[in-house]
Amino acid sequence: MSGRWTSKPGWWRATRASIDVSFSLVSRGVVHQRLSASVATVAEMSWERERASIRRDAGGIAAYATAFGMSYGAVSVTSGLSVAQTCVLSLVMFTGASQFAFIGVVGGGGSALAGVPAALLLALRNTFYGVRMSGILGVRGRQSLFASHLVIDETTAMTITRSDQRAQRYAFWVTGVVLFVLWNAGTLVGALGGSAIGEPEALGLDAAVPAAFLALLWPRLDDPTARVVAVGGAAVATLLVPLVPAGVPVLAAAPVAVVAGLRGRAVRETS
Amino acid sequence: MIWVAVVVASIGCYLLKLAGLSLPSALLERPEVQRVAVLLPVALLAGLVAVETFGADGRLVVDLRLAGLGAGVVALVLRAPFLVVIVVAAATTALLRAVT
Repeated sequence: MSGRWTSKPGWWRATRASIDVSFSLVSRGVVHQRLSASVATVAEMSWERERASIRRDAGGIAAYATAFGMSYGAVSVTSGLSVAQTCVLSLVMFTGASQFAFIGVVGGGGSALAGVPAALLLALRNTFYGVRMSGILGVRGRQSLFASHLVIDETTAMTITRSDQRAQRYAFWVTGVVLFVLWNAGTLVGALGGSAIGEPEALGLDAAVPAAFLALLWPRLDDPTARVVAVGGAAVATLLVPLVPAGVPVLAAAPVAVVAGLRGRAVRETS
Repeated sequence: MIWVAVVVASIGCYLLKLAGLSLPSALLERPEVQRVAVLLPVALLAGLVAVETFGADGRLVVDLRLAGLGAGVVALVLRAPFLVVIVVAAATTALLRAVT
């Protein structure tokens, strides 16, 4: 099989070879036979390849989401939330960073309501993803009620990196649905497992929480302004810990981002 | 009380997503608004890292969580996946607690 394919020059070499595609072609014998005859079939084949590549990427994200969901579930119940509360957050909030922030603030001794603004401020980025996605997805009415729930970091990244609209929509729905199912399954397993943990500190789970936030933060530190904002936000929050009620120090980091974002414009305009 | 917060925060987060797909985009597409939106999670996540590392019932303390976080940084620099970072951080802190 592979020898036959590697002997094909041109268009085939120009695209990435993949075992998945070979399998899906074998299972679709008709496409295989007409391959060299028709331009339309080549287009269909490259669509089939693209879909296989999307499914492969979604599979990777799904594995990560399951693991991430399990750690969230375990940390949440050891922070003092019930299994039901932990699962409702995954089902209805369904945006990992906000969920971690919520359980971090609530579990850190803050009043439960102090967790609300922290979660909302972090979820605000999904609004901006939605602005970008609305043109791509073309959903209306009831459909947008479902689609909007799936507009988060991972689905947005998977969607906007695709070249044409058909692939973008396919990527969005495949990633979104797989992610939703496995994130919630992971949460339940993690929450039930976490309930069995007697002493979270003995397992170092209190160190897992800041590490989780840092892992979420890490990929965003690729530009200098972001690094300055991160240091500033951390400094403001740290200084305020002894001075204000729990939950507030985290919120006080937000103005650092606002100031830096607005100043960036001033700098650009004067230069 | 926790349930009220869970429900309010969850529905609020959903409405923020819905707003992105539904609202006219003119306001949200302004460059300075976009920049603040990109930096907001950075500031909040950094704040959370700090508070979860040094905060303890309204006091600042340096304890073995910091060692775990340091190990997590090493894992991140080595491009370890999310779960590995968390496990490395937790295991480091747990081990050091067990021996001290």
